[in-house]
Amino acid sequence: MTTYLLLRRAAVVALLAVLALLPVIGGTYITSAIAVQSMWLGLCAVSVTFLASYGGMISLAQTGLFGVAGLITAALSVQNGWDPWAAAAMGIAAASLVGLVFGALASSSTGTYFLMITLALAEISYYLFAAVPAFGLHEGINGVFPPAILGDPVLDPAGNYYFVLAACVAVYLGLRYLVRTPFGIVLQGVRDDPIRMTSLGYNVRLHRTLIFAVAAGIAGLAGVLSAWNNTRISADSVSLAVTIGMLEAAVIGGLYRLEGAWAGALVVVALTTYGPAYTSRYNTFIGLVFLAIVLISPGGIVGMWNTIDGWIIRRLRRRQPPTSTADPSPVARGG
Amino acid sequence: MAGDGGAATGNGALTPVHSFLARLRSGRMLGPALWAVLGLGGVIGVGVQVLENGLGPDGRVPQFILVTLNSLTLAALFFLAAVGLTLIFGLMRVVNMAHGSLYLLGGYVAYAISTDMGLEWWMAAVVAMLSVGLLGLVMEQLFLRWNLGQDLRQALITIAISVILADQMLDKFGGMPLKVSPPDALGGPFGLGVYDLSYSAFRLFVIGVAIAIGMALWVWIQRTRFGMVIRAGIDDRAMASAVGVNVQVVFAIAFFAGSCLAALSGVFGGTMLSLGPGQDVQFLTNSIVVVIIGGMGSLGGAALGALLLAFVQGYAGVYLPQDLAPYSLVVTFILVAAVLAVRPQGLFARAER
Repeated sequence: MTTYLLLRRAAVVALLAVLALLPVIGGTYITSAIAVQSMWLGLCAVSVTFLASYGGMISLAQTGLFGVAGLITAALSVQNGWDPWAAAAMGIAAASLVGLVFGALASSSTGTYFLMITLALAEISYYLFAAVPAFGLHEGINGVFPPAILGDPVLDPAGNYYFVLAACVAVYLGLRYLVRTPFGIVLQGVRDDPIRMTSLGYNVRLHRTLIFAVAAGIAGLAGVLSAWNNTRISADSVSLAVTIGMLEAAVIGGLYRLEGAWAGALVVVALTTYGPAYTSRYNTFIGLVFLAIVLISPGGIVGMWNTIDGWIIRRLRRRQPPTSTADPSPVARGG
Repeated sequence: MAGDGGAATGNGALTPVHSFLARLRSGRMLGPALWAVLGLGGVIGVGVQVLENGLGPDGRVPQFILVTLNSLTLAALFFLAAVGLTLIFGLMRVVNMAHGSLYLLGGYVAYAISTDMGLEWWMAAVVAMLSVGLLGLVMEQLFLRWNLGQDLRQALITIAISVILADQMLDKFGGMPLKVSPPDALGGPFGLGVYDLSYSAFRLFVIGVAIAIGMALWVWIQRTRFGMVIRAGIDDRAMASAVGVNVQVVFAIAFFAGSCLAALSGVFGGTMLSLGPGQDVQFLTNSIVVVIIGGMGSLGGAALGALLLAFVQGYAGVYLPQDLAPYSLVVTFILVAAVLAVRPQGLFARAER
């Protein structure tokens, strides 16, 4: 029993060590093409996961918001010569603002109806982006670089890597904090019983709109980081294929656990990067994985891991001689 | 008398006029009024441009007739694509996110049969409908039958299927746009008899088919015993099941019919426009927008939504000022936003449960 818990703790420590040292031990390609890509895709996915687990709604509009932030940041810094930080702040603010509008439009519905409205919003924004000359039409905007202090994102990705990692950690901890504040508690009430919350005097639509705007800000941050890391962004970076990619990451990782977003993103990025070497139909394979997860384990791989973990602990506990039955042993929490 | 319920509650209104005034004063009419003004502005804007050079053959009236016919054919296509989606949703509460894939697959099957096997267009259309309908039926039986009521999970399942289908179709049919050649009898133009105009006979045929199918569906749902069962299932699934209706059979038939309609619209779309990767998503979105505008599960809503969407898109592309033309999609967004703001459940939606 204790050996298992120790092993599990060691695994967590090892994972954190790998994350901390990846630019040194992983090499340039792994760092920029796998790690940073998974981290910003994970940010997109976590905005989907956050909405799903604390708002009870699955949004397909995140690419639209991602695109607003990425394209505005790119346009301001490349065409208008803005400072990258200021351009990024502007882009994220714009994404949150658009998120408020989208949220206000979609917040009267939940479930599948919400899914459809957000899909329509995402498609309309995609075609709109592709029609705006300032966003470079289908060509997109090239030569978008992160602030000089972060270094070249392709040749020397370490600075960029640590910055994106810090952003992900900040978003993760921020969301964990947010759901424990009174505002977060109200959100969960709205998710579980909107009618009761309405009669208690809470404005359900307002809370749904606000949680959508928060998620929009996160998607916007991901859009900026993606534009910086790829040094370019175009309307095709926000097509429906990308929306589906985000959804795949969120679902494969586990729609109801925040940390699942990054796990799922890693799986999707690894499959799209290494898949083509084995088969040109790797998208079919990703679709099959997605289908299998939805059919077998709606909690995703994080849910699967929790099930296995719980099973092992129960087995080990049964084998252990009952020392003190009255001991209200704390339920094993993850690392 | 007062057309809509709820207007006269609690504000002491005596007549429809009074209740209208009361609503106006309370600010509840502000949204609808604003959108009505916007819509009226659009109609006047189009009207002024059409009539600016008079009614003669040198004016813009002939162009207007052609744009209107184009919008009508597009509306017919949107209606056929959306009606299957709305039928399935109304009955099963399943959003079939693979609906666009079934549309595209229907077109591709017809293309393969008419081009490679040299069969007539009519035969190709029938085979495409039946085979795609069968695929939809298999999909429903394998993946959706056992998790009834878990709407979001079902939607995710159909998204996964659409990813797989899209990749497989890209493999089999490539990335180049393909076109199904129309049947010989309808291949040519058709004289309209005004201004020496002529219009594609096939497109007129599509309008006719859409109207016929709309009417047949209406009769099927409103006037037959099976339609009664469908309506009972839409209103209260549990109760219909309790009084002895085998809802699973009803669902299977509805899914088969919905998939057939998706495939048929794909054959039409592939003949009128073209087939290619990305069309699946485009037609899924179009159908969904139609259904959002019209209201889920309503036949009349699908027709009205298709007309509104097609006419707004068609006219915005031609009659918007030149420098605004690239943004014609904003008009679609405004249309969707207007409907969602004023009637979130769609124009023709019935009261939920």
